[in-house]
Amino acid sequence: MTAILGGSTREFAVLQAADSRAQIVVVGNGMAGARFVEEVLERDGGEHFRITVFGDEPHGNYNRIMLSPVLAGEADEADIVLNSHDWYAERDVELRAGVRVERIDTAAKVVHAADGTATAYDHLVLATGSHSFIPPMTGVRTADGALLDGVVGFRTIDETRQMLAASRTHRKAVVMGGGLLGLEAARALQAQGMEVELVHAMGWLMNAQLDVEAGGVVRRSVEELGIAVHTDAMATEVLGTDRVTGVVLKDGRTLDCDLLVVAAGVRPHTDVAVRSGVEVERAILVDDRLATDVPDVYAIGECAQHRGTVYGLVAPAWEHATVLADLLTGADPEAAYTGSRTATKLKVAGVDVAVMGVSTPERDSDEFLVISEPKRGVYLSVVVRDDQLIGATLVGDTRKVAFLTQAFDRRTPLPAERIKLLVDLSDGDAEVGVAELPGDSQVCNCNGVTKDRICGAVADGCTSLPKVMDATRAGKGCGSCKGLVQRIVEWAADGALTEEESASWYVPGVPMPKPELIAAIKRHDLRSVSAVFATLARGGEEDAKSKMGLASLLKMIWGSDYVTEPDATFVNDRVHANIQRDGTFSVVPQMKGGVTTPDQLRKIADVAEKYDVPMVKITGGQRIDLLGIRKEDLPKVWADLDMPSGYAYGKSMRTVKTCVGSDFCRFGLDDSTQLGIDLETRFQGVESPAKIKMAVVGCPRNCAEAYVKDVGVVATGKGRWEVYVGGAAGASVRKGDLLATVSTTAEVLELTGRFLQLYRENGNWLERTYDFVPRFGLDRLKAVLLEDSEGLCAALDEGIQRSVDAYTDPWARDRAEPASPGQFRTSLPLTVLPQVPVR
Amino acid sequence: MTTTVTAHVVGRADEVPVGEGRAFTAGDTSVAVFRLRDGSLRAVAAVCPHAGGPIADGQSDARVVVCPLHLNAWRWDGTPTTGAGPLPVYAVREADGHLVVEV
Ligand code: SRM
Ligand SMILES: Cc1cc2nc3c(=O)[nH]c(=O)nc-3n(C[C@H](O)[C@H](O)[C@H](O)COP(=O)(O)OP(=O)(O)OC[C@H]3O[C@@H](n4cnc5c(N)ncnc54)[C@H](O)[C@@H]3O)c2cc1C
Ligand code: SF4
Ligand code: FES
Repeated sequence: MTAILGGSTREFAVLQAADSRAQIVVVGNGMAGARFVEEVLERDGGEHFRITVFGDEPHGNYNRIMLSPVLAGEADEADIVLNSHDWYAERDVELRAGVRVERIDTAAKVVHAADGTATAYDHLVLATGSHSFIPPMTGVRTADGALLDGVVGFRTIDETRQMLAASRTHRKAVVMGGGLLGLEAARALQAQGMEVELVHAMGWLMNAQLDVEAGGVVRRSVEELGIAVHTDAMATEVLGTDRVTGVVLKDGRTLDCDLLVVAAGVRPHTDVAVRSGVEVERAILVDDRLATDVPDVYAIGECAQHRGTVYGLVAPAWEHATVLADLLTGADPEAAYTGSRTATKLKVAGVDVAVMGVSTPERDSDEFLVISEPKRGVYLSVVVRDDQLIGATLVGDTRKVAFLTQAFDRRTPLPAERIKLLVDLSDGDAEVGVAELPGDSQVCNCNGVTKDRICGAVADGCTSLPKVMDATRAGKGCGSCKGLVQRIVEWAADGALTEEESASWYVPGVPMPKPELIAAIKRHDLRSVSAVFATLARGGEEDAKSKMGLASLLKMIWGSDYVTEPDATFVNDRVHANIQRDGTFSVVPQMKGGVTTPDQLRKIADVAEKYDVPMVKITGGQRIDLLGIRKEDLPKVWADLDMPSGYAYGKSMRTVKTCVGSDFCRFGLDDSTQLGIDLETRFQGVESPAKIKMAVVGCPRNCAEAYVKDVGVVATGKGRWEVYVGGAAGASVRKGDLLATVSTTAEVLELTGRFLQLYRENGNWLERTYDFVPRFGLDRLKAVLLEDSEGLCAALDEGIQRSVDAYTDPWARDRAEPASPGQFRTSLPLTVLPQVPVR
Repeated sequence: MTTTVTAHVVGRADEVPVGEGRAFTAGDTSVAVFRLRDGSLRAVAAVCPHAGGPIADGQSDARVVVCPLHLNAWRWDGTPTTGAGPLPVYAVREADGHLVVEV
């Protein structure tokens, strides 16, 4: 892949020759360099300075610390772009992306770049960052000095793309390095389906940040992901001629692999500085003004060494950028950088880790408090000296991080009961925590944003998370503090939520949370989506993106009295089939409980032949999918099938999977198949905030995966059934919570109906039960549904019954008479369909 | 550069129900014609600039049209609200019960 991230859509800006402004040249378009440009522009620096930025990478500026989520497939490349090429052009900043700077003539004040150009500067900022360190190993490089194919570092988007490409075509990866980057790479590649082994030269993982015991806790968590870990293991040789085939360890073992990721540390990019006569030790030496020993040459970010320290995190790099912008623009001529006390909060391989200061006691008089629960993956420790916190390590549980960071940064007094540093003895909930948090404690470490600044932004009128994030930059680095920022915003707004608080609305186009909306719909007797907009939306304006959620809600409230409007529904619901990437549709007929008959199979086979169906597939939901059907053929296909819709397209009840149960299985304790059929019959087609999937199994061997369904029912013998709710095995995997154990199938049906209706009335649009159940709370759910603690049960039973009664098979209905003219007309008249591959 | 615009009769006006979109062919261009709730007509390209989705199957309101495949949206002047490329727009009117699109 060669696509340019944040690439330009416009012609190159031509610089005006006669420009009296001073020239700033920035070398390095990474996290520090780009941030410096932003800070200069924010101080109106554009009026006084012409800015040119050289970047070795061809891309716009992107958020490097988000490369791990991109590698893991959790974030999209496009999401991590910070400033695109257009951003620079619009601000009259010349971006020379893909151009490497070779040398600086500090006497003539000219920058020489690899493309042969010479650019004069008045102020030069080196922000060249670091590169992956490739330890000497036999065979790691080819004759021409390049890395052997299949060997990559982990620093840039291009390297990330290389790894992603390899993960698609290759099977086995070895990651060298058990620090932050290595662990992230290992987890991400594993998530991409590769088999991963991690080799680490030191005795325990993350040895730079953690002590041996905390490292052990991380190791267990990593191993639980299925990643093999080798510590005290040095790789000495890389095998393979055209492409890597393995690595040899010092103790003689060979590990096979077809991808070798080297994450064994970084080294600052100092070559340009060295070549140009700027003083360099481990990195480029700078003073408190970020100035090097050469006049008008500065260094910021990871390539700078300040008071003996070279930082490897984004927060100090951004502080450098801010201080230098203050100085150069004259916004604050006194600005000085005096060093950063780094407290890091990270998610490493899925484990929350926060570290600050020292990790172990250094003097006899140091106090050292440890809570270690390796089984639970939790390790917490603090080091206290002279009543002050000098270090803390939190692995697996970082709830106290805000308080500890504060104590560490500001040297605030500590509680006499030291244990309170690590656990909340008061059992205080999050709300109390936020209120108690001192105002000057740092919430966002990457951008150095305090609680006070967040509260200030709220006071200035920002009352939604995105607005506060834009105004303060809180949460815009690694994003790990977003939850806390959100809680502070909620706390600071103190119920006085303005219109911006659209997060609580059921749909964006109608300013009301769901319960209020339901009440208003009933009060005004609104039976169609257009009526809801006309009466409840601001200015009566309709909103396309709200229509689907409203249609679903109205169907739930009114059952058969709902007034359908074709334009209110998404295409899937309009034509009762799921749209495919090429504009064709898939047809999944109902097969209750996954049970079919020779007659049904014959009909499906006939239809598949008659309509040249490109693919017939057994779905993961125990039924048969006919894929690639033309829109105009849908009514004919339904008529020929003469089977009801399986609702495989809707935000509604989908399938009930079953196992063979007591009729056939030698372990079967009860008739799971029949109960599954009964559940599917009763709840077929019921609309809901998101799809609902169920399963019934005849014993706890769980062959139809009932533990991971929205509603899962498990036979335990002697007529008893366990009912689980809120399970999932899709994008999120969650075992359902046991709601109740009951003794009749009638109770299963009743309880399921009640649960569904409660979810339908209270779940947010597109909120699956795996989020709804924990949000509502299992205890409250049990109280409401089993003990009728809120007196709702009768109404819930009635509500679900209304929807059950309103069921009609949409295929039978619309195949006779189209719901609106041209309902099944093709939408791509010039394209020959299907374009999905025919097997 | 001069571009010539040709008016094409693409179909009957009653082929586009209120609130929905239908696809037509104007010369050799596929166009999606929508009728808004206020009865007025809009015409845009029938093929989504993002990944070729069938725009006529999308949902719309007085301000935007939304592609059914990945829910990118465009204002009726063709400018995107979700970061996709621009969506071509065409003039459309009703004449004697016919739909006329200028391409
Ligand atoms: C056809 C099928 C795959 C297959 O070939 O087996 C399938 C196909 C699709 N799934 Fe699925 N899912 C299918 C079983 C599942 C299962 C397994 C199951 O039901 O036991 C799961 C995990 C269970 C769950 O939902 O928790 C599953 C979890 C998802 C998810 C993740 C949902 C989540 O919140 O985690 C999506 C995405 C979404 O809903 O936003 C999804 C979305 C989709 C969509 C609808 C994507 C889309 O919007 O176009 C796919 C439609 C293809 C099509 O046009 O037909 N599908 N999908 C399966 C149809 C089952 C059926 O008979 O109804
Ligand atoms: C995968 C990953 C995850 C990370 N996670 C975190 C995290 O969670 N939290 C955290 O605080 N930090 C994290 N970091 C570290 C963080 O990214 C760095 O500290 C930060 O990027 C440093 O910024 P910088 O501008 O100094 O260097 P960089 O961002 O590396 O930018 C330097 C730029 O200069 C360019 N360059 C170098 N030499 C030249 C030249 N001669 N001519 C032109 N251009 C040149 C390079 O190509 C590069 O684009 C992570 C890093 C990685 C790789
Ligand atoms: S996993 Fe589901 S959503 Fe993803 S491609 Fe397969 S069918 Fe589509
Ligand atoms: S194809 Fe239209 S949004 Fe993707």
